[in-house]
Amino acid sequence: MAMLHTVNKSPTDRNTLESCIRLAKKGGSVLLIEDGVYGAIKGAAKADTVSNAMSGLSFYVLGPDLKARGISEDKIIDGIKVVDYNGFVDLVSEHDTTQSWL
Amino acid sequence: MSETKKFLYVNRKAPYGTIYALESLEVVLIGAAFEQDVALAFIDDGVYQLTQGQDTTGIGVKNFSPTYKALGDFDVNKIYIEKESLEARGLTLDDLMPLKYEDEDDDWAEKDSIHVVSSEELSEIMDQSDVVLSF
Repeated sequence: MAMLHTVNKSPTDRNTLESCIRLAKKGGSVLLIEDGVYGAIKGAAKADTVSNAMSGLSFYVLGPDLKARGISEDKIIDGIKVVDYNGFVDLVSEHDTTQSWL
Repeated sequence: MSETKKFLYVNRKAPYGTIYALESLEVVLIGAAFEQDVALAFIDDGVYQLTQGQDTTGIGVKNFSPTYKALGDFDVNKIYIEKESLEARGLTLDDLMPLKYEDEDDDWAEKDSIHVVSSEELSEIMDQSDVVLSF
């Protein structure tokens, strides 16, 4: 039962990303959307939490939300894949269930 | 009744996830018409409001970031960015839009509106403000 987790809050505003990473089961995926994309920036305070979680979880970030916020793809933590809206739909269909963290 | 007060707008939210950033910007622009001494502080996630190269075509929301560049024309030219907030987010001054104004007291020379300041300096700036509006 692979689960897709979506996170839409900035990790420096809420602890949503940390809770998600703490509770997501190995083999699942995390998709960062809306203000959640700030969690994908290299060198940020919570970047290590994300990098360390990559051994058990796949990380994705929504491209249009990155572009809106002026974050270029070269600032993204290595290993996080950038997806577009079609990629979002693919992720939802590839996983058994989705949890939208708020 | 022409006493000038020192206004400080404190911005702590990222630009598109909530309406705070846009609302703050609108209040600043309205307030600018009242010829008060206005300063803006960007701390915590507020520093994200000023990132360079914002392009919202993919999310169907208005990109209001170019409006910050107009602040100088409204005599809003004291923009303080907390250094610690920038660093905690993996950002540097180069990641932000350059905001300039023309100094009428210095032969309209173009100057930077943005000042990166430490928490300590910002705490002093806050302390010396007459009115603090927080967004």
